[in-house]
Amino acid sequence: MEVDDFILIEQSSMVNSKRGIKVQNPYLPYPVRIDEIITETEDKNLKTFKLVFINPDDEEKFAYKAGQFAELSVAGKGEIPIGIASSPTEKGFLMFTVNKVGLVTSYLHAMKAGDIMGIRGPMGNWYPWDIMEGKNVVIIGGGFAFTTLRSSIVYMLDPANRPKFNELHVIYGARTPGMLLYKDELAEWEKRDDMNMHITVDATDDPDWKYNIGFVPTITDQEAPPGDADTYAIVCGPPIMIKFTQPVLDKLNYSNDHIIMSLEMRMKCGIGICGRCNIGKEFVCKDGPVFTLDQLNMMPKEY
Amino acid sequence: MKFIKIDKESWAKGLERLDDSFRLFGPVKQDKFHNFKELDKGELPDLSLLNTRLSPKSVVYPQSEVMFEYTLDENKEDHHILKEIDKDYSPRAVIGIRPCDAKAFLVVKPNFDAPEYKDPYWIKSYEATTFVGYACDTPCSTCFCTPAGCGPFHEEGLDLLLVDTNDHYLIKVITEKGENFLSAAGWGAEVDADAASDQIETMRHTAEAKITSRVSTDELKDKNITDLFEASFWEEAAFACINCGTCTYACPTCWCFDIQDETYGYYGIRMRNWDSCMYPLFTLHGSGHNPRDTKIQRVRQRFMHKLKYYVDKYENGIQCVGCGRCIRLCPVNIDIRRVCELMNSYGG
Repeated sequence: MEVDDFILIEQSSMVNSKRGIKVQNPYLPYPVRIDEIITETEDKNLKTFKLVFINPDDEEKFAYKAGQFAELSVAGKGEIPIGIASSPTEKGFLMFTVNKVGLVTSYLHAMKAGDIMGIRGPMGNWYPWDIMEGKNVVIIGGGFAFTTLRSSIVYMLDPANRPKFNELHVIYGARTPGMLLYKDELAEWEKRDDMNMHITVDATDDPDWKYNIGFVPTITDQEAPPGDADTYAIVCGPPIMIKFTQPVLDKLNYSNDHIIMSLEMRMKCGIGICGRCNIGKEFVCKDGPVFTLDQLNMMPKEY
Repeated sequence: MKFIKIDKESWAKGLERLDDSFRLFGPVKQDKFHNFKELDKGELPDLSLLNTRLSPKSVVYPQSEVMFEYTLDENKEDHHILKEIDKDYSPRAVIGIRPCDAKAFLVVKPNFDAPEYKDPYWIKSYEATTFVGYACDTPCSTCFCTPAGCGPFHEEGLDLLLVDTNDHYLIKVITEKGENFLSAAGWGAEVDADAASDQIETMRHTAEAKITSRVSTDELKDKNITDLFEASFWEEAAFACINCGTCTYACPTCWCFDIQDETYGYYGIRMRNWDSCMYPLFTLHGSGHNPRDTKIQRVRQRFMHKLKYYVDKYENGIQCVGCGRCIRLCPVNIDIRRVCELMNSYGG
């Protein structure tokens, strides 16, 4: 249902050069202005960029769902695929948390509020919100892979959406307290009574640390509800976390079609054309990035 | 069905007339090798060759193509905003394209012209092009167009088929686009359709009989993707490969590209360039992780894409037209026909 809607929206704004309709170029970024830059982590390697569309009409064209990503475009440097950290329920801006690793991200980290850049998207599929309606949702995240999970949590906590979901559990860990993203929001979520929030760090010598200490798989084992037909786990994190969380979810009886994951790949076009992000016949940019473990098990192990 | 006869003397005259309404592309010898290029005024396509070294995919899909331009000068109102540039999508015709290379455009079309996303550059160039095919009388030992679902007189993807009968050219009109091209050239000497058709059929049979490569593709579809992926023959198939990427650049059905920005002072462009799955950088993550960092993985990707992933995804046959370029040009003699047999017969 939702997938069909998505394709319909795409087609209506699409090229039909035979009928002489003006071709919309899917490679052309929408111009945006950097509204605010927030340094998230103590190593200063993760910054959140709040972007505002220069042409207000573009915001409507950029209608997205939690779990999708976009190509951030910096003129003269290039483009990078980054998960959308803001929620569709937050209007007037988009938010991306970017780890400094390469050419574009390093340049982006040196930009300042007011600078002009571009954005293409939204791209890819999203977490299966229609299927998860009325179900328990367990979000398990580690490190800086928490971005589209933040989008998902904010989306589900929106007063209009919260009644659509049953229990909401969140397990989120980082190496140290200073490496957690969105610290103010985490503290607020911890206080809420309509979700079960479990923040954890691998280790800390901070005597005032009042949350968990332990790796994400361990905390998952202790805190996650048992798996059943009405419970879905969304898992995003570094490969090592995923590797050790999977046996825990197996033990808790989560079936593979109730374990949802989001993949990363090197990308260029972001729309399934340039050919590099495939796993078997699926393109992570267009057919993903969200796959169930069931789907991943049918694909070659090449990611 | 309509057939036109062209005396070889009126060939050059017609092409000259076409120059007013079409950008003409054809094979010409550049240095040592034939390649497709835009013909200068009065320049004739050289039809004496077997086929060009590189495929004519560049007529529609150039090796490097500018997508956008921008200025970084903050005194300009639209600085750092990418702008579309004017491109020439006036009618063009590629003359002397072999049927295998013409069909290749239909093979790559589902990638550039997908239901959800359309590549405007490829689509507009493709639609602007008239394909004047040149039937192949003397296929060479590496040609395997017929087992690849194509053929030396194959018409799919062509607007006109040009047949050399030695004393004149015979043209089979396949589409309306082809018809318009003929009238622009002023070629209209219609001949008896039955006789022409018989003549072409005879020539086609003779040409097809010369293709002796036998490649089986019938079992590919029924194989399991992960079984083939994990097959034991990849190490041996990839052993000699030096990852030079020649196969992917020469191939008429390889479509992968990279997108890069280039800046000259304040002025910059965003462009796309052919890329190759043979190179490690193609899939290298920012983190340093690379899902295809070994040669075996990259060789496997190329063959699996052409002979399995494409087959499963589009139900349009294999992503190969049997032109044989990758076989002829491979410096270490890797032969797609052999790999295809290994894949097709894998697991009994």
